[in-house]
Amino acid sequence: MTSLDPMAPVPFRVLRTDRETADTFTLELAPDEGGPPFGFRPGQFNMLYVFGKGEAPISISGDPGRRDRLVHTTRVVGAVTAGMGALKKGDVLGVRGPFGTAWPVDETAGSDVIFIAGGIGLAPLRPAILHVLANRRRYGRVVLLYGARTPEDVLYRRDLRRWRAELDMDVYVTVDRASRDWHGDVGVVTALVPRIPFDRDNCVAMLCGPEVMMRFAVLELLKRGIPASMVHLSMERNMKCAVGFCGHCQVGPHFVCKDGPVFRYDELARLLKIREV
Amino acid sequence: MTTSIEQLLAEQPYFKGLSASQLAAITGCAKNVRFEAGEPLIREGEDANEFFVIRQGKVALEASAPAGPITIQTLGDGDVVGWSWLVQPHTWRFGAIAMGLTRAISLDGECMRRKCEEDHDLGFELLKRFSFLISERLEATRLQLLDVYSPPPARGLRR
Repeated sequence: MTSLDPMAPVPFRVLRTDRETADTFTLELAPDEGGPPFGFRPGQFNMLYVFGKGEAPISISGDPGRRDRLVHTTRVVGAVTAGMGALKKGDVLGVRGPFGTAWPVDETAGSDVIFIAGGIGLAPLRPAILHVLANRRRYGRVVLLYGARTPEDVLYRRDLRRWRAELDMDVYVTVDRASRDWHGDVGVVTALVPRIPFDRDNCVAMLCGPEVMMRFAVLELLKRGIPASMVHLSMERNMKCAVGFCGHCQVGPHFVCKDGPVFRYDELARLLKIREV
Repeated sequence: MTTSIEQLLAEQPYFKGLSASQLAAITGCAKNVRFEAGEPLIREGEDANEFFVIRQGKVALEASAPAGPITIQTLGDGDVVGWSWLVQPHTWRFGAIAMGLTRAISLDGECMRRKCEEDHDLGFELLKRFSFLISERLEATRLQLLDVYSPPPARGLRR
């Protein structure tokens, strides 16, 4: 926690901004005036406060091994994220966090690991991927399936190239539509699930992306024999207080901000079928 | 040691579980083919006289568009290319080109239809397999149509 009061934002300064795609960007932040290092677990999120605009929940997408830097990648979807996207090196914003549950990267050491990401959903998975790669010998096969809208919307291109070059990680990238210039896969990310090798009896899957995509991807994983309890998903809801007071982010009985955002699929399976939830 | 086309067919996931006599019947319609990168397997609008099972390589299914061909889906090892040979009027609705050197088994559509008429058990078995394939592709197409990665509607959120 950056502050004793979870409702009080702590000032962080922008060290660097990177444009990822036409509508997504990455901010690299550090505590202002040499504040304490910032620890977090992969999968957690922060509330980022753009002064004069408002606050938004944004997943942490940096390396959990680096406590001196805080990295967030997000997409411009409204006034707050537009304000965030306009920040420049040296600007200050408020940070509350980290909040929420984490990907089970330590509990599942020894297993094959399957990451399935769609669109901006790669950002919340990035810390888990970095953690697994930093501790590569503790895991079995590591596979990343990533789907994006078009080749221009592919996030973290430099990371993907590096991860693909790692000889002990399988990286599959597919897009929904492309012209002939694209030599990679075209099609939905769920169609890749039947192709990948893994040990269904000793395997964990971590998914993040649009809910529709996750639902179909889970069906494919279950078809391949992975137990529902070994499938984990990160949910996105309209978090406001981030500490389970306000109820804006409820999914049935769960507060996504404190019981999530990472859930085991069997905790949510019934709720995901209810349209009103 | 050379591998017979019957063995190659038997190794394809799509034909797994067919009886020896069914495989033998299909083998009479099959031949090995290869395509260089950029070479078309099928052309939109032409007669659909065959279909392919990719042994090795990658194929792009394409639709013509004013700005140039759009890739709808890519297919790889073990995938089947084309079902218009089975469905009247036996005309290709989309094109397909090899994205790199691609080895495949080509199955003559007219020959396959004849075999299916002669042996209805084989015909029904293939129909079940193609129906499954078509339903899988339809599901994937519906997901693509949903455009799930597009920016969410603002819905009054300030984020």
